[in-house]
Amino acid sequence: MSHPTGARINSDLLRPLFQTSWRFFLLVAIFGGIVGLGLVTWMAQVYRGYGVTGIRWPVYWGFYITSFVFWIGISHAGTLISAILRLVNAGWRRPVTRCAEVITVFALMIGALFPIIHLGRPWLAFWLFPYPSERLIWPNFRSPLVWDFFAINTYLVGSVLFLLLPIIPDFAVVRDKSTGLRRKIYGALALGWRGTPKQWHRLETAIQIMAVAIIPVAVSVHTVVSFDFSMAPVPMWNTTIFGPYFVAGAIFSGIAGLLIAMAVLRKFLHLEDYLHPVHFENLGKLLLVMALLWGYFVFNERLVTYYGNEPAEMAVFWRTQQESFAPLYWTMVIGNFVLPLILMGIRRFRTITGCVIASIGVIVGMWLERFLIIVPSLGHKYLPYSFGIYRPTPTEIIIAGATFAAMTLLYVLFAKFVPIISIWELKAGEHPSPTLVPPATEEQLGELHL
Amino acid sequence: MNAQRPTPNAQRAVYGLYPDGQAAQQAFNRLRAAGVATSDITVITAQPMEDFEFGNLDKATWMWWFACLGGLIGMSVGLGLSWLTETSWPLNVGGLPIFAWWPNLIIIFELTMLGAISATAVTLVVSALLPSRGRTLYDPEVTDGKILIGVENPPDGAIPDLEKTLGAPPGARVKTV
Repeated sequence: MSHPTGARINSDLLRPLFQTSWRFFLLVAIFGGIVGLGLVTWMAQVYRGYGVTGIRWPVYWGFYITSFVFWIGISHAGTLISAILRLVNAGWRRPVTRCAEVITVFALMIGALFPIIHLGRPWLAFWLFPYPSERLIWPNFRSPLVWDFFAINTYLVGSVLFLLLPIIPDFAVVRDKSTGLRRKIYGALALGWRGTPKQWHRLETAIQIMAVAIIPVAVSVHTVVSFDFSMAPVPMWNTTIFGPYFVAGAIFSGIAGLLIAMAVLRKFLHLEDYLHPVHFENLGKLLLVMALLWGYFVFNERLVTYYGNEPAEMAVFWRTQQESFAPLYWTMVIGNFVLPLILMGIRRFRTITGCVIASIGVIVGMWLERFLIIVPSLGHKYLPYSFGIYRPTPTEIIIAGATFAAMTLLYVLFAKFVPIISIWELKAGEHPSPTLVPPATEEQLGELHL
Repeated sequence: MNAQRPTPNAQRAVYGLYPDGQAAQQAFNRLRAAGVATSDITVITAQPMEDFEFGNLDKATWMWWFACLGGLIGMSVGLGLSWLTETSWPLNVGGLPIFAWWPNLIIIFELTMLGAISATAVTLVVSALLPSRGRTLYDPEVTDGKILIGVENPPDGAIPDLEKTLGAPPGARVKTV
């Protein structure tokens, strides 16, 4: 395993910015086409009306809100993981943090789209904004949907800044290595960065403050998203466990998303010298811990419901355990618990391939988890008059599917225009002073076994 | 020798490029021994170099306090927005209090953090980035790992001495612009 230094770090990490292969255009064309299809489908929904979706009384939340919760969960990959690794000064974080932070920003942007898609009439989205309006419809600050607005926007602003600040020195590197219009653009983006000690200290202090601030915000965001459910008198929703359960699930799916993104970047951008197997192994261990935590929360949720034996809740319970939703439920259990437990628990399987397979299982499982929280409960509330079914239509499936392509497209474009691994942080890790040597170096971690 | 304080748009400078931290530290020490004030020495590096003395200049910052101030402002806005809005249009929801602390704490918390985060970013831009826009002393070789130690706007007669001082450490390349 080689450790690139100085000029080689520059040339390796700037290569995707200065060289464009046919693969890039192919990827943009494929994923751009799918995103285009999703946009056309959304426009068709707007034009033809919300009736083209499968959302009917009493199940008013379907694929769109499932995808909203799922993407907000994925967004926990970046900023939260990056902030924690920065605060504990984990040396192996350096090639990982930016890959992770980018996921947060794009996942939040995509997630925040879904409530607008779900509205049916997106031009009235501003009615959701909590501003004192001349229509005398004052926002209800006691509504979890208003809390969502504040929490998601705070997290989005914080995550964008948390991503952008450490990029400034790298914009300066690109500026120095380029000519013409590109030099002017990156020069403007570098905001006059030169690399004086004052600038480095201010930047590091700012990153530290933001890391401290962003962790409680990240936790609050998914707690608030869970309040959308747990504040409602719906069977299996009105429970105090939803806050931590959602946060754990979000971190879980976020790590899985990060592992997949890292594996793809490593393969296609030839970053084998930067994203080492030890990075995957460490994140794989984290995935294993989160799988166990997820299993613990599910056990708690299920056992308390079962022991309470409340008729309406038990109806939903059995629908998911052994009736119509059982195939989805047990697929979720396999994807979220069994697969990661086997692949990440046995050291021999904790390879890059093993991590990717386990992560795909977790992504599928976590999407199903959100679906199974929403639909079975809404379709079987307390009184028989409110029982109903939900069948997603092609419109919803295409729009929800296109957001995965949108995520990939945004990631590809980002990696084309910004170094996907922080150049200056890698260089700073070359010669750490004795007092700054992180407790968990790559060599040490190689000897750790779970 | 006492160099003039650099102006926002430096027209002239003498600097050395060094291959490693030890050589750069030597140049930094020699400049100070020659009478150049620490505040007049320009240091530019491609990464933070806090394990050397020259990398620890200008470390003191009020950024934490500004972040706290931003948080306080955010908290006030959160409190004011929820209080004014709810009391101006009192919606009676099942006899619940018009202004209740529990739900409003979420709004207040989020705006507090938003204030702190925004204040941090603004402080960084205002204190460290804007002042260096338009400064001329920079060498793109820094990007390749060289360390720049120099003096901006030196007095006319001091340039030969500065070139000699900066050229002494091993591997130094001195430039005058």
